[in-house]
Amino acid sequence: MLKFGVPLALFALLGVFLFVGLQRDPSYVPSPLIGKQAPEFSLPSLHDASYPVASRELLGRPWVLNVWGTWCVGCRQEHETLLAIARTNAVPLIGLNWKDNSDAAQEWLRKLGNPYAVVASDPEGRVAIDWGVYGAPETFLIGPDGTVLFKHIAPMTMDVWTREFLPRIEASKAGAAPVKG
Amino acid sequence: MNDMTLLRFPRLLRTALVALLLAAAVPALAIDTERAFADPALQARYEHINRELRCLVCQNQTIGDSNATLAQDLRREVREMIAAGKTDDEIRTFMVDRYGDFVLYKPRMTPVNYLLWAAPVLLLLLGTIVGIHFIRKHAAQSDADTPEAGQS
Repeated sequence: MLKFGVPLALFALLGVFLFVGLQRDPSYVPSPLIGKQAPEFSLPSLHDASYPVASRELLGRPWVLNVWGTWCVGCRQEHETLLAIARTNAVPLIGLNWKDNSDAAQEWLRKLGNPYAVVASDPEGRVAIDWGVYGAPETFLIGPDGTVLFKHIAPMTMDVWTREFLPRIEASKAGAAPVKG
Repeated sequence: MNDMTLLRFPRLLRTALVALLLAAAVPALAIDTERAFADPALQARYEHINRELRCLVCQNQTIGDSNATLAQDLRREVREMIAAGKTDDEIRTFMVDRYGDFVLYKPRMTPVNYLLWAAPVLLLLLGTIVGIHFIRKHAAQSDADTPEAGQS
């Protein structure tokens, strides 16, 4: 009994590990920024280069940073969802236009609709590196105190939004109640 | 005779061989098109660090091997930090703070992966214990056998 039991148990354990491994996405890299202070940035606005978009000014309420580019297929895919999210007015959506041509980006928003409260332009990708961005689209949720609460890598879906973002937004608003009065 | 053999070599195969050789020459082209550091020591450090950092969009390549835009951007960061006099450790920390331990091809020892680092030693220890146990048991059995067979 023991003679077969032990190898069988070890084999079953190995099976469990491999099975769990199959379900995991190897291209998913967990962000070390979760729970930490979001990297500060101040970048020119996509629509008016003389107007700076500064992360500091967003303190005091939860907000969402969506990293996109016109070269990014997944961004086209999630665009409708972003527009729908923007219509709910739950939080300000801030765009980070990553390594893109600013004319092409403006054209894209004119044609498809603009879900963003404001878009920061990052043609050199420096702010994106500070945020640990490695592939668009990526969507960050930042709390009222400026900490990164969540990061979603892949096109946004309504399912992810209602399951992962909305509860965290509600919780962060409750936590920041004194600020809101 | 030799010439004949070569001629008999199927034409398609010869073409394929030439194509293969030409294809093999492509990786020889430099991926990093940036100008090298004037100081060879700095250039060596730059290349060394590039070989240690993972390109996150093309995960089985280092940023030194890859021509992905992200790899180019990360190489630019490394280049600028070296030029600014940052140490190798500071550069590594910069990357880990943003991309996590996964960015390092040579992982650091952190509480999360102590078990991973200790695993070889633990497995060796386990193997030795099981081995000794097995040999002792086996030896005890054969010891019990011998006297009967020998009948001293």
